[in-house]
Amino acid sequence: MIPEIGHVALIIAFILAVIQALVPLVGAQIGKTRWVNMATPVARGHLFFIVLAYACLSYSFLVNDFSVRYVASTSNTALPLLYKISGVWGAHEGSLLLWALLLSSWTVVVSIFSKGIPKIMLARVISVMGMVSVGFISFMLFTSNPFVRLFPAPVDGRSLNPLLQDPGLAIHPPMLYMGYVGFSVAFAFSIAAMIDGKLDSAWARWVRPWTNIAWVFMTLGIALGSWWAYYELGWGGWWFWDPVENASLMPWLVGTALIHSLAVTEKRAAFKSWTVLLAIFAFSLSLLGTFLVRSGVLTSVHAFATDPARGVFILVFLIIVVGGSLLLYAWRAPSLRSVGQFSIVSRETGLLLNNVILATMAGTVLLGTLYPLVLDALGVGKISVGPPYFNQVMVWLAVPLYSLMGLGFFLRWKKDSVSRLSRKIVIPLSVSLVIAVLLPLLFAPEQSGLTFIGLISASWVALTALLWLLNSNTSPFKLPVSTWGAVIAHIGMAVTVTGITLTSVYSHEKDVRLAPGEFYEIGDYQFKLIGVKEVRRDNYIAYQGIVEASEAGQHLVFLHPEKRTYSQSSMPMTEAAIDAGLFRDLFVALGEPLGDESWSLRIYHKPFVRWIWLGALIMAFGGLLAAMDKRYRRYTKTHAEVAK
Amino acid sequence: MVVFMLLGVSIATALALKAFNENMMFFYSPTEIKAGKAPVEQDFRLGGLVVDGSVRREPNSLTVLFDLTDNNEVITVRYDKILPDLFREGQGIIARGQLNKEGVVIAIEVLAKHDENYMPPEVSDALAKSEGNKE
Repeated sequence: MIPEIGHVALIIAFILAVIQALVPLVGAQIGKTRWVNMATPVARGHLFFIVLAYACLSYSFLVNDFSVRYVASTSNTALPLLYKISGVWGAHEGSLLLWALLLSSWTVVVSIFSKGIPKIMLARVISVMGMVSVGFISFMLFTSNPFVRLFPAPVDGRSLNPLLQDPGLAIHPPMLYMGYVGFSVAFAFSIAAMIDGKLDSAWARWVRPWTNIAWVFMTLGIALGSWWAYYELGWGGWWFWDPVENASLMPWLVGTALIHSLAVTEKRAAFKSWTVLLAIFAFSLSLLGTFLVRSGVLTSVHAFATDPARGVFILVFLIIVVGGSLLLYAWRAPSLRSVGQFSIVSRETGLLLNNVILATMAGTVLLGTLYPLVLDALGVGKISVGPPYFNQVMVWLAVPLYSLMGLGFFLRWKKDSVSRLSRKIVIPLSVSLVIAVLLPLLFAPEQSGLTFIGLISASWVALTALLWLLNSNTSPFKLPVSTWGAVIAHIGMAVTVTGITLTSVYSHEKDVRLAPGEFYEIGDYQFKLIGVKEVRRDNYIAYQGIVEASEAGQHLVFLHPEKRTYSQSSMPMTEAAIDAGLFRDLFVALGEPLGDESWSLRIYHKPFVRWIWLGALIMAFGGLLAAMDKRYRRYTKTHAEVAK
Repeated sequence: MVVFMLLGVSIATALALKAFNENMMFFYSPTEIKAGKAPVEQDFRLGGLVVDGSVRREPNSLTVLFDLTDNNEVITVRYDKILPDLFREGQGIIARGQLNKEGVVIAIEVLAKHDENYMPPEVSDALAKSEGNKE
């Protein structure tokens, strides 16, 4: 019964989404106020029914209703409560439902916080978001219905992959989806502005906080995913250039470009059509990311040949979104004239170059991710491009990007002179040089060009941001919150870059064979295998290794890496033991028994690896501050008064 | 200005494509490797089923040797790191590495996908292909 209510709720939500997509938009075109006014109430009704559908699916998970096919295939009775709740978005159908839920929530939140926005504009925005929702709900109803029943119902469901039974991973998809869906707001505003034919500073101020918030969620989501891969997969890497990861990185890169382009559009009324284009691409890549990860296209493109409905739907949906908005762009963009003029040496140019580099980065990731898939789908051959491709290209592109990240702060809007600029950058540049040369000499066993490049980039980015804060004429504490946000986000990037550099260059990773009593040394650290014992827990049996880590002869800690076998699954799982620290992680994973009591062990010493995620947290905090600037609310108020 | 930017973007594109070509890896089945199709002194990927009873370890090291088959030809793979959790005889796996003079693949990475029923698509394709060749 409950699943049927959910199904019906989904159908009603679909009808409301169609109304939301069409009526306010048409009303805005032909000037029917009543139709325009329908936007907000319809969006709320739409949200209500999506929430209802979502609640029904969650309920089916909680009561173990295995007559629902989706529940049977992703949950079972032994699953802890947390993973029953997160099981809802554990696979394709439920993720789509979560997407639709977040989308209609964002729509309603936009309608609440945008009272100052002209009604016509808001109606168009809500309509466009309704269109996206129509796409998602019809995808569910026609090809991937989560409420489909299973006859006869199995006694117990299939297990959720034990790898996914992890709190970090449970909240990773919603975080990422908040970001993906958040970019739909910027997208909807852009489409609305193109229909309107007007895009001014006020428009940029409406869009900026939403874009920032979406970016914050994405940053957190990506960092969570990377952190999970590090501690849970047992490989000790933090980024694998796997298509699943690339899918989230691409919209993040374009979203970062969008944030900066919006700044120019607000302050200087320039880059208007570029901003719109970035908003379109950020959202299109979000859609692509969702589909790439959850539709099964990555595990096998050929699955689509046997069940073409989903693949065709996704392709058509993407073509409508990308093609439709680009057509509109070609038709209307000329009317979005950028009035702000600027010379070659100016902050505008700096930001433009930064945008071009970020877009190029996204393009190279796209090429490396999609090209092998396309070749495979066409039956030309099976190729793959390894991490070296991405690493090489990203390092080349990152150097000019980081140079500009620092320069941008000192550059003046409109026109600047090279001589003024060079006077400004002497101090931060020389201090960065000193740091990049001296730090490795003091702490690192060996020098490398990469360390130098990484450290000079990081200190340059951080120093320029700090100096800018201190050098401005007003006291730093009187500066707008958004200024602090920008500075903090840049410092976060510097922290991440430091982490990436030092981890990449100075990590020691070794697979070794140890018998009890034997040890392996990495620098000052000694790892001694005490023994391996068998332990039994509620839902798994494990071999647990006991490894004593010591530094320069001093006992540090006992590490307990495990090799688990879960009861519902015959699949063994490596649970690494990590001694985490701000400046280094010690990481031990248990391999296999090799006979004569020896075991294979994977031992890592990873300096500064935490900085990668710490930097992401700082970046996200900066983004949040920037979004909370009073200026965005103040202006909406004055607009509200004008509207009266 | 525009010329300058176009130039920058085209240099970046050229470099990216060069890196792309250099790091592109093809996939080969054991039959194709035996037929001499796999490149020499260059990384490639291969996949197949681990032959039952073929896994042998060298004493006092991590080095392990095993045979991969597409039910037609057999290729020996040598690996000196920890095998993934799902590696087991009879299972489909993917390896990345280079061919040495003796026709043994020296693997630098061995992957077994994280799903107990899951066969890597490349492997199932290779199996299907070798099935077709036999007929």
